[in-house]
Amino acid sequence: MNKKSFGSRLIAAPYLVWSALFIVIPLLIMFYFALTDQNGVFTLSNLSAIGQYKKAFLISILYAVIATAITLLLAYPMAYCMTKSGISTQRMLFMIVMIPMWMNFLIRTYSWITILANTGLINTFLTKIGLKPLRLINTPGAVILGMVYDFIPYMILPIYSVMSKLDKSLLEAAEDLGSDSFTKFKKVILPLTRPGIISGITMVFVPSVSTFYISQKLGGNKTMLIGDAIEFLFNSGPAYYNIASALSLLLMIMILICLFVMNHFSDEDGGVLM
Amino acid sequence: MEKENIVELKNISVAFDGEQVLDGLNLEIRDQEFITLLGPSGCGKTTTLRLIAGFLEPDRGDVFFEGKKINGVPAYKRQVNTIFQRYALFPHLNVYENIAFGLRVKKRPESEIKEKVAEMLKLVNLTGLDKRHIDTLSGGQQQRVAIARAIANHPKVLLLDEPLAALDLKLRKDMQKELKKIQRQLGITFIFVTHDQEEALTMSDRVVVMDGGKIQQVGTPQDIYNEPKNAFVADFIGESNIVDGCMIQDFDVEFSGARFECLDKGFAPNEQVDVVVRPEDVDIVAPEKGMLTGMVTSVAFLGVHYEIIVDIGGFKWMIQTTDEHFVGNQVGLFIEPDAIHIMKKSQYSGLYGDYSSYSEEIDHLSDPEPEEERR
Repeated sequence: MNKKSFGSRLIAAPYLVWSALFIVIPLLIMFYFALTDQNGVFTLSNLSAIGQYKKAFLISILYAVIATAITLLLAYPMAYCMTKSGISTQRMLFMIVMIPMWMNFLIRTYSWITILANTGLINTFLTKIGLKPLRLINTPGAVILGMVYDFIPYMILPIYSVMSKLDKSLLEAAEDLGSDSFTKFKKVILPLTRPGIISGITMVFVPSVSTFYISQKLGGNKTMLIGDAIEFLFNSGPAYYNIASALSLLLMIMILICLFVMNHFSDEDGGVLM
Repeated sequence: MEKENIVELKNISVAFDGEQVLDGLNLEIRDQEFITLLGPSGCGKTTTLRLIAGFLEPDRGDVFFEGKKINGVPAYKRQVNTIFQRYALFPHLNVYENIAFGLRVKKRPESEIKEKVAEMLKLVNLTGLDKRHIDTLSGGQQQRVAIARAIANHPKVLLLDEPLAALDLKLRKDMQKELKKIQRQLGITFIFVTHDQEEALTMSDRVVVMDGGKIQQVGTPQDIYNEPKNAFVADFIGESNIVDGCMIQDFDVEFSGARFECLDKGFAPNEQVDVVVRPEDVDIVAPEKGMLTGMVTSVAFLGVHYEIIVDIGGFKWMIQTTDEHFVGNQVGLFIEPDAIHIMKKSQYSGLYGDYSSYSEEIDHLSDPEPEEERR
């Protein structure tokens, strides 16, 4: 082994140790709990007990899909506007996207309670101008709103990054060959920004489908997402560790399948951004 | 045989951020001709092309296409196609789909597209590469795809923005011939932009020499070379010795302290003029037989000929000769009347045509042109 490769291994060492301690070992522990019973004997019964949580799984996926779709619809035009504007405006818009990410995720979610609550900002305003208050908090809509709000920067940034690198002469070439604005978008801008879209979808869908805090705070306890179920079971004592681990394992497998499918889509272009 | 004008630019002015890029430009382009806009970086040639393509609107002036004013007509509605400097091929499409792009946008039937693309591939010698990805092609092949993609739409005018700048010398020469061949074969008007004067001279029916947002001269390559209108054109096209002179009377000019017979007339008596003598038109003779005498200060062997710098009264002349001479020799210069070309004084007088800083100029000429002009 030469000196250089030893040096580069040394540089990588802290992270390798870190990932072994806090990623690989916990994963192994999860596997262990998921595939054993309380006495440590191998069993698949935890996995088959998943049936009870089918509804939580389906709702999680449904909410995550809706939230991801809304995020994409909001983020794409935003990213487009950012690339179209001048440098100083671009910088300002970039900051506006980034600033919420400087604040803690829990605090940001919590603050929505004061806005949406029955006596919160919106309803106080509605009552003041003589309208009936709306039921906003503890609804599926509030949960999805929370997801969109919390995760939208992860959609905007990859799309913006791909879009800002788009060669302007390609757009001129499309125009030159007879494309109006819509055709130009459909045949050039959209396909060339697809790696950004795929990366954004993945980065929003994955945290959305596994989140637990947002649904508890903004959805009340009526809608149980799979993340809530896992948290609830782990909090219920060691007797539930096995089933909770099995749920985590399934969630992870599901996410891996999603990633695989997504990467397959972007592979066609050769540009994987994950 | 005079063809009709297909594109006319009338009194065009364009400014970017207060900087005048085109200044009162007038140009008529004839149907089916190969016309080249030639000039140094920042002269406005690419801007002119973008005006015709529709990527840019003039601040003042009008653009006409087949006699109709097309100001404000968007690029996608114009019957012109462009070959971009870096080709701008679509990286997400293969060769076939790149060439078919314009036809698909126009919603042509699939059978027609297939036929047309095959025809184009044949025209540019890329048959068999239709399924290839753009990134897997060489620069020359990408260039051919760009040509095929533009021509597949049957444009009446093809705009070429320094299309050969990225190719190496050998390939460039081949493509020059090929472009010229395609142009003759299809009878399309080519408007070609370049900063390479040799390219302009070899390919064009007419050359438009531009500088500072203005047209300096329009003419056939022979006109431009043999009868340059001012010191800028004389210097930009080929090599020129440009000296101050005085037109004593018709056919009689004085420069470098001697009087010469020439073929020019029509100047005021004793009018101050610029005198151009091409390096290849000067004969080196024995000092006592020379019309001018000077000392050789540098000699460079260029293969076909020697390039010799001779100092005559402080002004350095460049002379191209097949005979070898040596630094320090006294030599005489002999200039035939038809080798002398007289130009009116212009804003460019005194800026060009002296080879005192010769080596720097060579460097400057071989510099690849920066892309500052594209906006």
